[in-house]
Amino acid sequence: MRLLASHGGAGRGWRRAGAFPLAFLCLLAAFLAAPAAAREAAALAEDEAVEARMVTITQDLRCLVCQNESLAASRADLAMDLRREVREQIKLGKSDQEILDFMVARYGDFVLYRPAFKATTLLLWVGPFLLLLAGVAALALYLRRRSRRVVTTGLTPEEQEQADKLLDLGADENKQ
Amino acid sequence: MIRYLLPLLAFILLVAFLAVGLKLNPREVPSPLVDKPAPPFALPQLHQPDAQFAPQDLLGKVWLLNVWASWCVSCRQEHPVLVRLHESGAVPIYGLNYKDQRADALKWLAQFGDPYTLSFVDAEGRVGIDYGVYGVPETYVIDKQGVIRYKQIGPVTQEVLDKTILPLVAKLNA
Repeated sequence: MRLLASHGGAGRGWRRAGAFPLAFLCLLAAFLAAPAAAREAAALAEDEAVEARMVTITQDLRCLVCQNESLAASRADLAMDLRREVREQIKLGKSDQEILDFMVARYGDFVLYRPAFKATTLLLWVGPFLLLLAGVAALALYLRRRSRRVVTTGLTPEEQEQADKLLDLGADENKQ
Repeated sequence: MIRYLLPLLAFILLVAFLAVGLKLNPREVPSPLVDKPAPPFALPQLHQPDAQFAPQDLLGKVWLLNVWASWCVSCRQEHPVLVRLHESGAVPIYGLNYKDQRADALKWLAQFGDPYTLSFVDAEGRVGIDYGVYGVPETYVIDKQGVIRYKQIGPVTQEVLDKTILPLVAKLNA
């Protein structure tokens, strides 16, 4: 199955009715067959160092087909092609930065999960702090205004009398 | 008065941001390749595998590069538009047959009509990567100097053609 590589026809394959029982049967079969096939798995990658570096690099790259997945995690066709590309470039001795530049030159800053700090990404980086600053300023303003509005007023003679009475009562109780 | 107007203004601002956000298409990633020279390549032609095609051959011409595949559903949607454009002769369309099987691609063209002056085969999608293709179809307008001037992500509709691509082609040809 070709995963989501077509503009406008997003992932309908998953909802096929009947996929669940089939998957269940496969799972069951896998469990039943497991003890028989318990051998050490062959290494998927021919060169583990290259593979590890490829994964580190692609974890910070966005898959443009499934946009909230990293290039390392995506099973989309394009992601597989780009992982192949990264692998090849590692073998050619390119640095991480050169590989990231290669991606940005083709797909733009959007592929980076950690975009560079520059004029076009300024708002992205600084925006949250601006909002925080605005929030703190608004809070300070509000508190200052409120503290000015709260005026301490003395007690009226009746209230004073009532308070004294209550205090006396308390003092008497304490003596006992 | 301001006490009551301020929250209202803040609310209107929020609604405006959300409204704009709703209309943006997050799947349309602006290409950094616009206004850059079209990456060079040499690929075997679809109809004559022995012959090659290179975009450098088209210097001095304004042309469209359309990325298509027989497995691509949206390509079928834009296909009649391309066929009509081809018949009008307004601008030559060159087809990049992306990660396809030759037999399927030929059958597809025989069945739905061939709007391409020439198609060439990118079986492994390597040229696609150089052009920043992340889905099919995509269409590039390339000018006489071999510079990419516009990229259409997703199917070319009659509206996009009339409002954007054809005026641009006319301007580039002038």
